Amino acid sequence: MSTLQENTVPATSRATPPAARRRLHPTAIVYLALVALLVVGSVLVGLRGEVLLDQTGILNILTRATALGLVAIGQTMVILTGSLDLSVAYLVGLTSLIAAETMAGQDGMVLPGVLLALAVAAGVGLVNGLVITVLKAHAFIATLGVALILRGYLEDNYTGPAGDVPRAFQHLGYDRIGPIPVAALLMLAVAALCWWYLKRTRPGYHMYAVGGDIEVARLSGVRTRRTIVTAHVLCSVAAGLAGIYLASRLGSGAPYVGTEAGYDLESIAAVVLGGTLLAGGRGGIAGTIGGVLILATLDTIFDALEVNPFFKDVVRGVVLVTAVALYARRMAANRAHGRLS
Amino acid sequence: MTWRPRLAEGTAPALLFLLLLLIGLAIVGPAYSEPAGYLALLKRAAPLMILAIGQYLVIVSGGFDLSVGALVTAGVVIAARLIDGNNSATAWVIPLVLGFGLLVGLVNGLITTKLLVPSFIVTLGMLLVLDGATFLWTGGAPRGALSEGFRMFGRGSADVPVLGAVPWSVLILLAILVAAVLFMRGGTGRALVAVGDNEATVRLAGGQVDRLRLLAFTLSGLLAAVAAILLGGFAGVSAQVGNGLEFRAITAVVLGGVLLGGGRGSVVAAAAGALSLEALFTLLNLLGVSGALKSAVQGVIIIVAVAYASLGGGVRQRLRLWPKPRDSVRSAQPASS
Repeated sequence: MSTLQENTVPATSRATPPAARRRLHPTAIVYLALVALLVVGSVLVGLRGEVLLDQTGILNILTRATALGLVAIGQTMVILTGSLDLSVAYLVGLTSLIAAETMAGQDGMVLPGVLLALAVAAGVGLVNGLVITVLKAHAFIATLGVALILRGYLEDNYTGPAGDVPRAFQHLGYDRIGPIPVAALLMLAVAALCWWYLKRTRPGYHMYAVGGDIEVARLSGVRTRRTIVTAHVLCSVAAGLAGIYLASRLGSGAPYVGTEAGYDLESIAAVVLGGTLLAGGRGGIAGTIGGVLILATLDTIFDALEVNPFFKDVVRGVVLVTAVALYARRMAANRAHGRLS
Repeated sequence: MTWRPRLAEGTAPALLFLLLLLIGLAIVGPAYSEPAGYLALLKRAAPLMILAIGQYLVIVSGGFDLSVGALVTAGVVIAARLIDGNNSATAWVIPLVLGFGLLVGLVNGLITTKLLVPSFIVTLGMLLVLDGATFLWTGGAPRGALSEGFRMFGRGSADVPVLGAVPWSVLILLAILVAAVLFMRGGTGRALVAVGDNEATVRLAGGQVDRLRLLAFTLSGLLAAVAAILLGGFAGVSAQVGNGLEFRAITAVVLGGVLLGGGRGSVVAAAAGALSLEALFTLLNLLGVSGALKSAVQGVIIIVAVAYASLGGGVRQRLRLWPKPRDSVRSAQPASS
């Protein structure tokens, strides 16, 4: 394939010296974009005589990033494996309810509540994974179907917030060290753990392999089904963590807390914004966290500027498509030079 | 010498499923023992069926169109604001709405083909932009009202000789369905399916891959605008009119046995899938299944339908989650890494 590719490259572009075309690592670009956004945002907010990155500003950005970050970390693993998960939004609501209802205001029930919520989340992930691998349903349909089932359960059993989180557990949502919320640090710890898993362990590498080309991975001896199921279980557990965090912040479980924030599509947007290929096999957690921070920063800047909330959606859509178009261009250019990024 | 209808691959199970649902309706609901009941069902289902036909064109060529729901909302809200109860404005607003749908589809297609962005992302971005822009323009809530002339297409009936009064939406649906079938049986339609099956082959065979995919997105946008006109007439002005329609249209197409990732499935089956979905909702209503559980039943059924298609349907297919363009030069996703 590479010879064929070489022949189709026009001579002029091949003549460009490699040094001039040296490119940054995709993740570096995400963080450079984040810094640029922070600078531009600070200037714009500064023109109004306010400060973007003061204590409240940082707190705002990190609080927004925590729940979405957790969901997006899970989504990254699923997307890397070449799948995707549309059921996370309802799962976030469901786990927040399970955690809050099990705790029922008692300090002693905190641990059982958390464990039960995570167990249910893992179960949902297992179902997602098995429907995709054993029933061979396309991930889009499988997880959409599971999302509809969860929605039916939620609509049938709940009309509004339920359960009660003990005061002690609410510290998780509100405590902070300086301007940095403890929960955001925990989210970053989860991110670090997943980064280690993906980059330093065998099952993590298998996820990249399956996402890159499932047939090649299978022929190379990777247990592709197991890898896909694992990715889905981990993704759902991450969404479960987001649900528990939100329960702690809200003081109770809320059935539609995940869907109102649009965590399903939003998390996919964050992952892709972070440079992970939607088709799988390329990208990583670090970029995703960058993508999440960009989205959270955008929101905070718009709030500070008192922009019409509907305008946010427009900008978000344009940013998403532009970012992916830029990644696609880079990749096409890289390949035209016979180089792999 | 028996004449057998020429059915595309995968159409028969979809039609059988639909037939079962219709028989179920006839047993459960007294209204469905005569044609009028089915005509009402068809009228209700027409917008979704039209959306499913548009979605089919995109899916069969290997893409997704998530923007149709937002496009329907935008179409209805724009029409209501521009007409504002003034009947004489109908004549230019309808072409305008259609043109808007065409334009949105064109932009989707251009970004997908020229900027190499996966259509899932492009249309997701378009969904956000349309939702935001529509309400930015109207200031948060839809304003204005639709005229009688506009609503006629979704609500009214036309007098057809022999058949009597047939709803306009059913006539429009039939016209679109016939056109779609003829299109898919022609050279362009076949090439479109081929693009979804193997893009590189079509390109090497001299097919205009980009132009074909652009056409699919443009037609999907146009058909979404048609659905907006019908839904606006049928349901009136609301900011939620298009909510979730993109997922419902995709569900319908998949229920019709069309393979996500492209290359397989027929347009008739896709439309039948949409009608099945609507019949299923009606059946659940008649059976007294609570509204809340309806989505759960829907979820189970689409999983079962897709599992049946890929396991028991005898369709040989690999576990292909995403369409991977095999053309290494133009595609955004490298296969060689």
